[in-house]
Amino acid sequence: MQKNKRIVIVGATSAIAERCARVWAKDSHQEIILIGRNQEKIERVSLDLKARAPNVKITRIIADFSNPAEIQKEVDNLFNSGGVDVALIAHGFLPNQRNCEQNLNWCKEALEINAISPVLFAEAFAMRMEKYNRGTIAVIGSVAGDRGRKLNYIYGASKGLIARYLQGLQHRFADTKVKVVLIKPGPTNTPMTAHLKHSGAKLAEADYSAREIVKAIEKGRRVVYVPKIWSGIMLVIRHLPYFVFKRMSL
Amino acid sequence: MVAISSWGRLASVDHPLVEFWNCDQVRSSLKKLKTPFLAYGMARSYGDVCLNPGGTLLCTVGLDHFVAFDDINGRIICEAGVLLRDIQRLVIPRGWILPVTPGTQLVTVGGAIANDVHGKNHHALGSFGNHVVRLQVVRSDGEVIHCGPNNRADWFAATVGGMGLTGVITQVEIQLRSVAGPWLSTETVPYSNLDEFFRLADESEHEWEHTVSWVDCISGGGGRGIFTRANPSIIKDRPAPKGTKLTMPVVPPISLVNRFSLHIFNIAYYHLSMLRSGSAIKYYESVLCPLDNVLEWNRIYGPKGFFQYQSLIPREDGKEAVQAMLNEISRFGDGSFLAVLKTFGDRQPVGMMSFPQPGVTLALDFPNRDGRTEKLFQRLDSVVREAKGRLYPAKDARMPKELFAAGYPRLEEFIHYRDPGISSGFSRRLMGH
Repeated sequence: MQKNKRIVIVGATSAIAERCARVWAKDSHQEIILIGRNQEKIERVSLDLKARAPNVKITRIIADFSNPAEIQKEVDNLFNSGGVDVALIAHGFLPNQRNCEQNLNWCKEALEINAISPVLFAEAFAMRMEKYNRGTIAVIGSVAGDRGRKLNYIYGASKGLIARYLQGLQHRFADTKVKVVLIKPGPTNTPMTAHLKHSGAKLAEADYSAREIVKAIEKGRRVVYVPKIWSGIMLVIRHLPYFVFKRMSL
Repeated sequence: MVAISSWGRLASVDHPLVEFWNCDQVRSSLKKLKTPFLAYGMARSYGDVCLNPGGTLLCTVGLDHFVAFDDINGRIICEAGVLLRDIQRLVIPRGWILPVTPGTQLVTVGGAIANDVHGKNHHALGSFGNHVVRLQVVRSDGEVIHCGPNNRADWFAATVGGMGLTGVITQVEIQLRSVAGPWLSTETVPYSNLDEFFRLADESEHEWEHTVSWVDCISGGGGRGIFTRANPSIIKDRPAPKGTKLTMPVVPPISLVNRFSLHIFNIAYYHLSMLRSGSAIKYYESVLCPLDNVLEWNRIYGPKGFFQYQSLIPREDGKEAVQAMLNEISRFGDGSFLAVLKTFGDRQPVGMMSFPQPGVTLALDFPNRDGRTEKLFQRLDSVVREAKGRLYPAKDARMPKELFAAGYPRLEEFIHYRDPGISSGFSRRLMGH
C-alpha cells in the first residue's frame, strides 16, 4: 500500500481509534491528524504516537463535536492545508440504556454524539472528497446497529442510523473514486465495555480489531465486521423470528 | 467479579477488577476505591504477589502509552502497563535495548520494577531496578510520589522490588543501553557436575554478558547440565526470525510433567544439547526468553497447577547448598525440566526487598502434588535457611514466615513505606496485612 497518506482520525482518543493510529504510525505515513474533545487525552495519544514513530507528523486538533460550523471549518482547513486520504470517524460512547429511558437529556446526548455528530463529520469530508474525487471515509458503527434490542436500543438506533446513512453515501459515491467503509465491531476490550468483562463476556482485543480495521480501510471494503465471526452471529440475530427474539434477554 | 489466577495456576479466585486507562484516572480514583486493592498487570508471577483474594485488583495493562523516547541518550518514559516486549520492539530498531530482560517479556514494566526482576546478565548489569531513573507512584490517599535513585531515594528503594505494596506505579523512566541489533553470539557448553558449573560460571563472567544453565535435576545424582553464554553480536541487518507461536491448547487432566516424562526428557535434552554444543548466532528472544513463543505453557502441569521454587544462596555455601537441594529433589523424583542454575554478580540491587544478591540461584518448577510437594519444599527450605539464603516472592506461594523474615533483613524498614490501602495475598500471608 502507498505509505505517504494524510490520515485524519476523529475521536482519536477512543481505544479502537488509538490502536488504529498506532498501526498507521508504524506504517510510516506522512501525517496523522488527531481530532478530539479533550486536550489532555489528545496530548497523551499524540506523545505516544510521536515516541513510536518519530518520522510521522502528528497533529492535534481540539473541536466541539456537536457544532456544525466548527466541524465544517476544521474539515475545510484540513483540505486547504494539503488534502485528506483517509478519514476515520470513531467517536462514540455506550450510554446507560435505563438512564436514557428515564431522562431525555441523556437520550439526546447519546443520539447526538453517537449518530448526529459522526454524520456531520462524514458529510463535511464527503463534500470535499467528492470535489477531488478521491479519499476514503470510514466510520465505526457497531453490531448493535443491526437489530434493536431492549438492553441498548438508544445506542443501537444511533449505530443503525450510521449504517443507513453510510449506505446512502456509498450509493452516492458508487461511480466515483471515493470509498466509504462501515466498520461494525463486536464487543471489544476497551474502556467502553469494561463492565461487560465482569459478566464473563469474551471481548476482542483492541489491537487485533485495529489491524483488521486498517486492512479493511486499505481495501476500501463496504461493510466489515470485526472480528469476522460477528457477521455470522448478526446474520442469525437479524433473522430470528420475532416470537423467539422477544423472549430473549438481549 | 473476574476469576483470576497467577502463572502457577494453583487457584482461581474471583476478584472485582477495576481497569485503568490513563494515569489521571489512577490519581483521581484511588481515594474512592474500596480497599484493600493491588495493582495487577500480566499475572506472570507464579504465586500470590499479584493476587488479592477478598480485595480488589487494579488492572494496569490499559496504561500502555509511551510518553517520550529520547533516542540520542537512550531514555524512555512510559506508563507502567507497557509490556517489556513493546519497549523492545520500539527501541531495538533505533539502536537501544532494555538492559535487563527477565525470562519472559510479556510482563508490564510496572510489574518488572515491583518485583525487581533479573535476567541472564545479572553478573554484568544487575537487576531491572538498577536501570530505572524515575518512578511515579500514586498512593491510596491520592498523593503522587516522584522518586528516583537521587530523589526521595528511600521511596525509590522501597518501591523497586516492593511488590506493588508502596503505591500504584503509574509512570517510569528507564535508561536503555546501546546495542547494534537484536542478535547474540552464543556458546553452549555441557558440564557434568557442579564443580564444572561453577568453574564455567566464574571464567565466563568477565568475558560474557549473559550466562545461564539448564541443570538436570534428577539424573546421575544431579548436577550435570548445559551452560549457555552469550554476548551482543555486531550483526545488525539480519531479518528477525518469523516468530512461530505455539499454544498449549488445553489443560490436560493430569500433569504432563511427571517422573517418567521427566527422566526421558532430561536424558534426551542433555544428549541433544551435547551434540549441538558450540557457537551460534541467535536471536535475542530465543536465548533470553525462549518460552515466550509457547503461549500458555503453564497449562502443561494440569488442573492443579505448579509451584516454582527459586532460591538464592550466598556464594560461600553455594555449591554445597545447591548440591544438597539437587540431592533432595533427585531422591524425591518429581521435578521439572525447567530447571535453571545461575550465578548472580556483586552489583547491589536498589530495592530494600529486591531478590537478587551476590550468590547462586536455583529455580525449579514442580507440579502441584499437595502435601507431597510441600514436604519436599520443607526440606529445601531447611537447606536455604542453613545457607542463609532467600526465596523469590514473585515465584512463591507457600514459604514460611520465618524464612521470609530471615531472608529479607530490611523487611522492618520496608513496612514503614507500605500503603495502608494496598495489600496482596502474599503480604497478608507473610507480613500480617
